[in-house]
Amino acid sequence: MSDETIKTTTGGLNSGVPGGPLAQKWDNYKANMKLVNPANKRKYSVIVVGTGLAGGAAAASLAELGYNVKAFCVQDSARRAHSIAAQGGINAAKSYPNDGDSVWRLFYDTIKGGDYRAREGNVYRLAQNSTAIIDQCVAQGIPFAREYSGELANRSFGGAQVSRTFYARGQTGQQLLLGAYSALMKEVDKGKVELYTYHEMLDVVMVDGKCRGIITRDLKTGKIERHAADVVILGTGGYGRIYFLSTNAMNSNTTAIWRAHKKGALFGNPCYVQIHPTCIPVSGSHQAKLTLMSESLRNDGRVWVPKKKEDCTKDPKSIAEADRDYFLERKYPSFGNLVPRDVASRNAKEMCDEGRGVGETGRAVYLDFKDVIKRDGKAAVEERYGNLFDMYHEITNENPYEVPMRIYPAVHYTMGGLWVDYSLMTTLPGLFCSGEANFSDHGANRLGASALMQGLSDGYFVLPYTVTNYLGTHSQELLKKVETSHPEFEKAEKEVRAGIDGLLERGKAGKRTPTEIYRDLGLVMWEYVGMARTEAGLKTAIQKIKELQNDFDTNLKLTGDDQFNKNLESAGRLGDFLELGALMAQDALARTESCGGHFRVESQTPEGEAKRDDEHFAYVAAWEYKGKNNSAVLHKEQLIFENVKPSVRSYK
Amino acid sequence: MEHKHSEKKMNVRLKIWRQEGPKTPGKFEEFSLSDILTDMSFLEMLDVLNEKLIHEGKRPVEYESDCREGICGTCSLMISGQAHGPNRGATTCQLYMRSFDNNELITIEPWRAKSFPVIRDLVTDRSSFDRIISAGGYVSVKTGPHADANAILVAKDLSDRAMDAAACIGCGACVAACPNASASLFTSAKITQFALLPQGHPERSRRAIRMVDQMDKEGFGSCSNLQECEAACPKKISIQNITIMKQEYLKAAIAADFRAGMGSADGGA
Repeated sequence: MSDETIKTTTGGLNSGVPGGPLAQKWDNYKANMKLVNPANKRKYSVIVVGTGLAGGAAAASLAELGYNVKAFCVQDSARRAHSIAAQGGINAAKSYPNDGDSVWRLFYDTIKGGDYRAREGNVYRLAQNSTAIIDQCVAQGIPFAREYSGELANRSFGGAQVSRTFYARGQTGQQLLLGAYSALMKEVDKGKVELYTYHEMLDVVMVDGKCRGIITRDLKTGKIERHAADVVILGTGGYGRIYFLSTNAMNSNTTAIWRAHKKGALFGNPCYVQIHPTCIPVSGSHQAKLTLMSESLRNDGRVWVPKKKEDCTKDPKSIAEADRDYFLERKYPSFGNLVPRDVASRNAKEMCDEGRGVGETGRAVYLDFKDVIKRDGKAAVEERYGNLFDMYHEITNENPYEVPMRIYPAVHYTMGGLWVDYSLMTTLPGLFCSGEANFSDHGANRLGASALMQGLSDGYFVLPYTVTNYLGTHSQELLKKVETSHPEFEKAEKEVRAGIDGLLERGKAGKRTPTEIYRDLGLVMWEYVGMARTEAGLKTAIQKIKELQNDFDTNLKLTGDDQFNKNLESAGRLGDFLELGALMAQDALARTESCGGHFRVESQTPEGEAKRDDEHFAYVAAWEYKGKNNSAVLHKEQLIFENVKPSVRSYK
Repeated sequence: MEHKHSEKKMNVRLKIWRQEGPKTPGKFEEFSLSDILTDMSFLEMLDVLNEKLIHEGKRPVEYESDCREGICGTCSLMISGQAHGPNRGATTCQLYMRSFDNNELITIEPWRAKSFPVIRDLVTDRSSFDRIISAGGYVSVKTGPHADANAILVAKDLSDRAMDAAACIGCGACVAACPNASASLFTSAKITQFALLPQGHPERSRRAIRMVDQMDKEGFGSCSNLQECEAACPKKISIQNITIMKQEYLKAAIAADFRAGMGSADGGA
């Protein structure tokens, strides 16, 4: 594909951010929104797909308001959504440590951390909601870390100079998710939520221009089902598993948002991917996934490589202090080891590219706790990071209390996702999207401990208002119920059925398993659409993805039946990943600037930092699907900065 | 951490439970794999087996995993008679082949419990756990404004103990390891978390009664203090929680105000 084939339009995308001063926008929205009276709430039904923080919290909160909710997840229990794996913490502008934090500061850090590629209005609302989230979670009985005074403890995360991160040991995501899950199960108990576990959404159903339901597959029995509602919310997470190797869970996928995209929802900034700096390095070709070491470790751990290449294979403990290069502290004295993730990742890659990487493959840097163990003692380090150290030990067979950890960047999070307006509604009326699945709030790079914040802000404190406003606004139409016998449901079900039958049929004749094709796709994405992207590389990626798509279409090998069949599930998801991969490369090719996690080699400063081009690229790229054989069409939402001035992002 | 094996590669013999569906009888099937890397995780070894089976045109072995880092609680294999395998404080996905001997015969079964029916092969239905949580494993606050988080003070030691209990990942190893298939460790962990925290106190009695009753209704066995659950628990949840659960249940059951104010335990309020 050449650049000329990219058609663009600029009109038609309305972010819907309310007017007024930044700090009053959300209040203005709430003051002007339409309400639904309690008796009428019972007449509406809401479908929520995904039971992580963004989905689970929304489902519980909407049920509490009186709506009839159906919640769906692919896992065997709503408690296992991938939010559970978030380790480090959740940001909030509580300013308990009295260290200069405020809602404005959290807003500013997030906008700057995202390299000025997010909407001011959304990010400010996120910062405002952050404090209520902590109050909500404490009220639910989430056992956050505490001080001896009985008050909540805080720690620091990358991209911030204040301590605003709340945490529950190294398993904050688990505890927050169990909070949302408990709230959800409370509503199940009351009969306000019908829970569908082991159900995968395979299409959205549009009736008269509004989203009125979904088609699902029961993963236990293979049964295809129709579900109607007045609003559908997708809180189905990110698409980082497109890289095959990532820190995302095995079942994380893009299917729900990709199928919605194919029905007409625009896809925002697909090329914005976060590569997390502190993961356990790849050790061999058998690996199925990578493991994250929480960013919180960078509070106390020091990142270094040997100054001399010949030291790289030596025992790290034998390398003298003077021969170590603490490269983040050297290059970024203000933020040191706590620079944002994109900066930390790129620098690690640079050190390895220079030949100063360590470990068997030379693709790793050290994360060293020697100094903090000496300063605070082993017990203190064990209390703070014990479970992470144990995890590292189990996987690598090395004891990080004695030998520095070896870490390397890995795909962790996707900032891109379905385009949504201020109310979190996609371009399909009645279809909302929350959490990692949408594109909003994090711009081109997400700060640590902000994913949990966004998921819960969307779920607890945004959607209950904006969904109500939507229902109130369209009540006349939506109170006329749509039955699942409607021809649109019939049609959508048939297409889904044909897709699955097609996979099973093709799978009898081919040679390559879903995993084999999937691994190849991952390698292509990592090599060409990973940490450093070039025009030539992206064009290569598009070509190679086409070949893999062909493999998938003509040479797939599948066994088993249309009942419980993990490989069949995986094949269906792979089909969507292949199509998304081509769009990610196309988006990365069109954005010739560097920003945040998107680093175009052609666009860098003399010091090798990402060089933005605000004149030409201060927009959200929202792509429209035009069919399998046609190029996607680019729509642009211009980003308007009234309160912060986009500047060169410096952490020096 | 055990290291039985130092060579880079090994052979394994596998005896795996195969069962088409919930109502069909199952049986063991044997497989062997050669040149398995000792640095592979146990599940990656099974991934290799499945790739081989697909190429041979056979139905792959169904087993579940998701996060593969020990936190989601999805993976659930009984490995040579031990829930989650031979290593303590670890889930199946955190088990590495270096923990096994070359040519060792490894038996792999699903969790065995009446309340966890087999779906297919090594996958079981654990929705009974969800129903136990649904019966009161929460603080019934709604979404909305609440008092400032620091208005509720919790002593650090209590908070830490509550966190120890809250660390449960709901995998079901406790049930699988228990000769009675009791869910006491799972249920007690949630009851204890909230019994220790001030936020949990208003519903303390109701919670204990309803969750324990639900556990019984699901068909889980009783606790006879065999302590297998604690040994199998990948998060090292303590059986002290079961003692606390029994106290909470007793206190609630004899509390006059409970009976007067809330009617029967089943009915709720």
